[in-house]
Amino acid sequence: MSSNSFAYNEQSGGGEATELGQEATSTISPSGAFGLFSSDMKKNEDLKQMLESNKDSAKLDAMKRIVGMIAKGKNASELFPAVVKNVASKNIEIKKLVYVYLVRYAEEQQDLALLSISTFQRALKDPNQLIRASALRVLSSIRVPIIVPIMMLAIKEASADLSPYVRKNAAHAIQKLYSLDPEQKEMLIEIIEKLLKDKSTLVAGSVVMAFEEVCPDRIDLIHKNYRKLCNLLVDVEEWGQVVIIHMLTRYARTQFVSPWKEGDGLEDNEKDFYDSDEEQKEKADKRKRPYTMDPDHRLLIRNTKPLLQSRNAAVVMAVAQLYWHIAPKSEAGIISKSLVRLLRSNREVQYIVLQNIATMSIQRKGMFEPYLKSFYVRSTDPTMIKILKLEILTNLANEANISTLLREFQTYVKSQDKQFAAATIQTIGRCATSITEVSDTCLNGLVCLLSNRDEIVVAESVVVIKKLLQMQPIQHGEIIKHMAKLLDSITVPVARASILWLIGENCERVPKIAPDVLRKTAKSFTSEDDLVKLQILNLGAKLYLTNSKQTKLLTQYILNLGKYDQNYDIRDRTRFIRQLIVPNEKSGALSKYAKKIFLAQKPAPLLESPFKDRDHFQLGTLSHTLNTKATGYLELSNWPEVAPDPSVRNVEVIELAKEWTPAGKAKKENPDEKFYSESEEEEDSSESSSDSESASGSESGEDEEEDHSGDSGEDSGESGSESEAGKGRAAKHAKARGKGDSKDVDKEKENSKSSESSSGESSSIEESSSDSESESESESESESRTITKAKEKKTKQDRNPLTKDVSLLDLDDFNPVSSPVVLPTPALSPSLIADLEGLNLSATSSVISVSTPVFVPGKTHVLLHRMSGKGLAAHYFFPRQPCIFGDKMVSVQITLNNTTDQKIENIHVGGKKLPMGMQMHVFNPIESLEPAGSITVSVGIDFCDSTQTASFQLCTKDDCFSVNIQPPVGELLLPVAMSEKDFKKEQGLQLKLCTVGH
Amino acid sequence: MIHSLFLINSSGDIFLEKHWKSVVSRSVCDYFFEAQERATEAENVPPVIPTPHHYLLSVYRHKIFFVAVIQTEVPPLFVIEFLHRVVDTFQDYFGVCSEPVIKDNVVVVYEVLEEMLDNGFPLATESNILKELIKPPTILRTVVNTITGSTNVGDQLPTGQLSVVPWRRTGVKYTNNEAYFDVIEEIDAIIDKSGSTITAEIQGVIDACVKLTGMPDLTLSFMNPRLLDDVSFHPCVRFKRWESERILSFIPPDGNFRLLSYHVSAQNLVAIPVYVKHNISFRDSSSLGRFEITVGPKQTMGKTIEGVTVTSQLPRGVLNMSLVPSQGAHTFDPVTKMLSWDVGKINPQKLPSLKGTMSLQAGASKPDENPTINLQFKIQQLAISGLKVNRLDMYGEKYKPFKGIKYMTKAGKFQVRT
Repeated sequence: MSSNSFAYNEQSGGGEATELGQEATSTISPSGAFGLFSSDMKKNEDLKQMLESNKDSAKLDAMKRIVGMIAKGKNASELFPAVVKNVASKNIEIKKLVYVYLVRYAEEQQDLALLSISTFQRALKDPNQLIRASALRVLSSIRVPIIVPIMMLAIKEASADLSPYVRKNAAHAIQKLYSLDPEQKEMLIEIIEKLLKDKSTLVAGSVVMAFEEVCPDRIDLIHKNYRKLCNLLVDVEEWGQVVIIHMLTRYARTQFVSPWKEGDGLEDNEKDFYDSDEEQKEKADKRKRPYTMDPDHRLLIRNTKPLLQSRNAAVVMAVAQLYWHIAPKSEAGIISKSLVRLLRSNREVQYIVLQNIATMSIQRKGMFEPYLKSFYVRSTDPTMIKILKLEILTNLANEANISTLLREFQTYVKSQDKQFAAATIQTIGRCATSITEVSDTCLNGLVCLLSNRDEIVVAESVVVIKKLLQMQPIQHGEIIKHMAKLLDSITVPVARASILWLIGENCERVPKIAPDVLRKTAKSFTSEDDLVKLQILNLGAKLYLTNSKQTKLLTQYILNLGKYDQNYDIRDRTRFIRQLIVPNEKSGALSKYAKKIFLAQKPAPLLESPFKDRDHFQLGTLSHTLNTKATGYLELSNWPEVAPDPSVRNVEVIELAKEWTPAGKAKKENPDEKFYSESEEEEDSSESSSDSESASGSESGEDEEEDHSGDSGEDSGESGSESEAGKGRAAKHAKARGKGDSKDVDKEKENSKSSESSSGESSSIEESSSDSESESESESESESRTITKAKEKKTKQDRNPLTKDVSLLDLDDFNPVSSPVVLPTPALSPSLIADLEGLNLSATSSVISVSTPVFVPGKTHVLLHRMSGKGLAAHYFFPRQPCIFGDKMVSVQITLNNTTDQKIENIHVGGKKLPMGMQMHVFNPIESLEPAGSITVSVGIDFCDSTQTASFQLCTKDDCFSVNIQPPVGELLLPVAMSEKDFKKEQGLQLKLCTVGH
Repeated sequence: MIHSLFLINSSGDIFLEKHWKSVVSRSVCDYFFEAQERATEAENVPPVIPTPHHYLLSVYRHKIFFVAVIQTEVPPLFVIEFLHRVVDTFQDYFGVCSEPVIKDNVVVVYEVLEEMLDNGFPLATESNILKELIKPPTILRTVVNTITGSTNVGDQLPTGQLSVVPWRRTGVKYTNNEAYFDVIEEIDAIIDKSGSTITAEIQGVIDACVKLTGMPDLTLSFMNPRLLDDVSFHPCVRFKRWESERILSFIPPDGNFRLLSYHVSAQNLVAIPVYVKHNISFRDSSSLGRFEITVGPKQTMGKTIEGVTVTSQLPRGVLNMSLVPSQGAHTFDPVTKMLSWDVGKINPQKLPSLKGTMSLQAGASKPDENPTINLQFKIQQLAISGLKVNRLDMYGEKYKPFKGIKYMTKAGKFQVRT
């Protein structure tokens, strides 16, 4: 502690030392024992002095104490002038604490707050991105309307900043500015539009949040970014994921047609759940107008699936609601397991998740039935959790499990938690009505409970029995008699009223008891609850009508009592009944019908779940939890009848290329590259990617895809580097030509690994160590798959302009010196790369013809291992020949080996399970395969230019084996030949574009 | 999103408030206090409370209510999950999360909260990044700070936030490179009166403590990954690799973290390692009841059961108990009616038992339900599901780390109905 603060201690005389800044705050209060006010004033004086000292430690101490005051909710606003002076402090901690103070009080002291603005404006130009970001953060958090234009300018600049972190902060600032001045909406939307195009995972979540807050109705802004958001989703930070998923759910409901079959939505589709996918598909095919899911719709559903594994409950819930609202019903089943997992979490999480499950379980029982036991109640659960679990158990009850459930309920009824016991009784009542087989058992059980010691339990049972009896017009005289006896002991008004009503309704069935009950209640009438009094009146009236001989006097006595009751409801009822039932000269026509009126057949009450209609709120929302519309709730629209034009989501390449240009410029302008850690990373990564290509030229079709996937992940760290990497790549490509056959499987794997890695930083490290690493190919393929999904089944209309671009890139991969092969359209792989990267390749005309590959890798892939195939082994490889079965098909050669010592007969392809749009041309059945024999057949598969797996069954006479073929991206490309001039031209174009960026 | 945060202790004092947007008056908490009053117990306070202009979302942990104020529609789990993350962060920073500790470190708490949210939207929630931004207080650092006047705020800028591995801080250096993994499995079970299992399942986690220099890339593989039915990962785990090979491949955060939590598929029968014999009876007429429980080992795979504690909430009618344990110590709180018996180790030769009588309220009728018995226990060196780690490899760094794997089985929510 510096001498300065020591001095302070002495002069303040409080003796409450501020030895440690943090503790100071907790010790302030006792010092003010004498005259709280004056000492407070004095303290603030001290603080002012400390803030004005030139020792940082004193300032820091003062700031810490001030923050302590803020935390406790004490007013520290009068220190504003003293504090604001320190905004330019060199000490980071002081600065931070001043920021905390400013954000808290600037709103109240607007004029003084303006003093600090220039500091932030300077900091906004700082070479350090973190300083720029934090300056923007504080500047936008100061809620002073005068600085709106300054904020606007700062946000605009920051949104074009090179650093994604600054751009992220800009996205946050948009929301702040919007809440400060909603009139800026139009301008802000422009910025949002720009930021939505951002490829960084860091920005995505924040900008979507801004979108949701500022312009959630501008769904058109999403179109172009839809696929990108879907693909980035896995890498976005968890909070961003939640926001994006909710937004995309809404989007999907407006843009795609319903994947649900008609009538599905309303009915319990238990049956549906059990249908296997195949059946589902078959059914869909059989229908006249078969439903085909938009590939973009599918993309969203598939890309969110891994997020069910998130550790963040909010993310899991978000995915669950997405599946619930937009996935085909047969697929929604996968969410139940993850939701049940969340039940292990904290009480609060359980509460929300159980509520959502309760809503779901009403509509689709099948989803949660396998997890029935997970909803069993433990005595240690809080009551609200118990009741929700009970609700779900009730929803899941059916003929098969009801006996187990009833046994479980028996335990619950005895619970010490009486509120819960009462809820259980209600539940039993509901089960009894919904499952007729057990209604008698339930009724008997409930009757047994009537002899329970606890009054709450008995009362609840009475109420439920009343409802049950009302539903079953069978004779239950015994039960009624029993209940009549209970009237002597039970005091709970609802129960008493229920019994009286029941006796009144059945007064003709219990002719001896009913008048006696009336007699007893007449005695106690004055001391009864209002609810009970009304029922006594009713009972009296009913008896008067059916058995007036015995009860006439009693009823009149009761009516007299009612006439002078304090409650006007009762007086009213009394008057009404008297007029209706007691014949006198004034009575009108109605009294003739009195009996019909009182003893009419009453409709039985419906025992329904309180969660029945909650599903009109989007699941997982606050509104769903509260069951009322919360402020700012956005309705989930119904599926459109006809899907809006899906082509709006197609990304035009040129537009993206434009976007890159300014980013590149910005980079050039900025001289402080070294400061960014990322500038080094990006060099590394671009190096590594180009390395990988030169090393494995032959397979680089595939590699290139992976490079791209790597790059796009890496985007988060950079924006301008793209063009640079592109340049490097192009140059390397040229060199790599001719080295085509330098193929080394290990090397290739290693490279694909390093390029696939989404982290620029780690990729360089991984590379150095990767000798020991063995990465399976399938994995890298699947990596690239996620990225390329967006492009699968690319609509035909944009094929034509794009094919050329692609074949241009392909050129490097295949030797151009080869004879052209006649093929109708070289359209095997459209836009994969172009779409992804935004490399601008204009469609200049050039002669491009398909060529035969010079190099065909001999690598085979295992289709069916002999162990799992009961001796039948199958391998496949891609011969890279044009497929004879169709121009869109990729030919695949399958080699079948018989490793058993017996003949294998009738080998053929059985059921195919192909993704939408895929086609497969199978081989002719092989009649028999000798022991140790082998045979090669070829098949053609149209992978729809995607890397989706083609699954089918390989059958022999006795068995069927499910097998998969997943094509590496490279195998989907087509070799083309083009003249060197054309190549140069294309290359030049590409290079030029890159240099524009600098 | 999140407007403000109030921290309320069990006696209903607001001892910390933080606002990320305009200041919301404390009086909004009155609605919360109302709800608290209505719910007799703290854990029955509803997590979501609507008020005319705001919504209060709260979590209750360590006897503190963390009440977040929000104004517009937001996924409630988003807020709840975030609040739990706040508590976890405090715990990570200060070792414990309690009112005095928060009050003592109010400045650090404030700085951390400031970094965690921007305009109510989570900004930095990874503890690795936060610790780079604001160093957690240690005794040593406090002393040093007092002498030198230096601070807890990191002077270098946190680059982790910008990297693509946001969970790992950069420039990590250790002299001893170690990586420890604890496989902890918990058995959740309900056992009925007669001793048969109503429901039992195994939930497991792998907690890691990784102190490795640089940017190591680890892979962890299992002997029997098929056991894992449902898993959730730390964001560092590469999901694709798990999908295709059932291998955990990840760049670990620095320090302690939960790598994986899993659920063992329901097909596998769960071995129940303990049994409880009980004889609890209330008689209608007499004011004395019999109480007798014995705990014994069942399927323990030859391991000892340790750390056994038995707790039971007895009915309100029980006034007092006079019990004699064969081992360990027991307490009975006549106010809350909570019996707890700290058994310790189970010796299969001499089974621990607790016998005696209960004195009941005279004249009161006998309670309907016998109390449920909650059991806690630990078994070292055993993962009850049989899960085994096959190997752990490190890539990306040259040195040889020290690796350790520990297994443990614990009771989760283990209840015996009597």
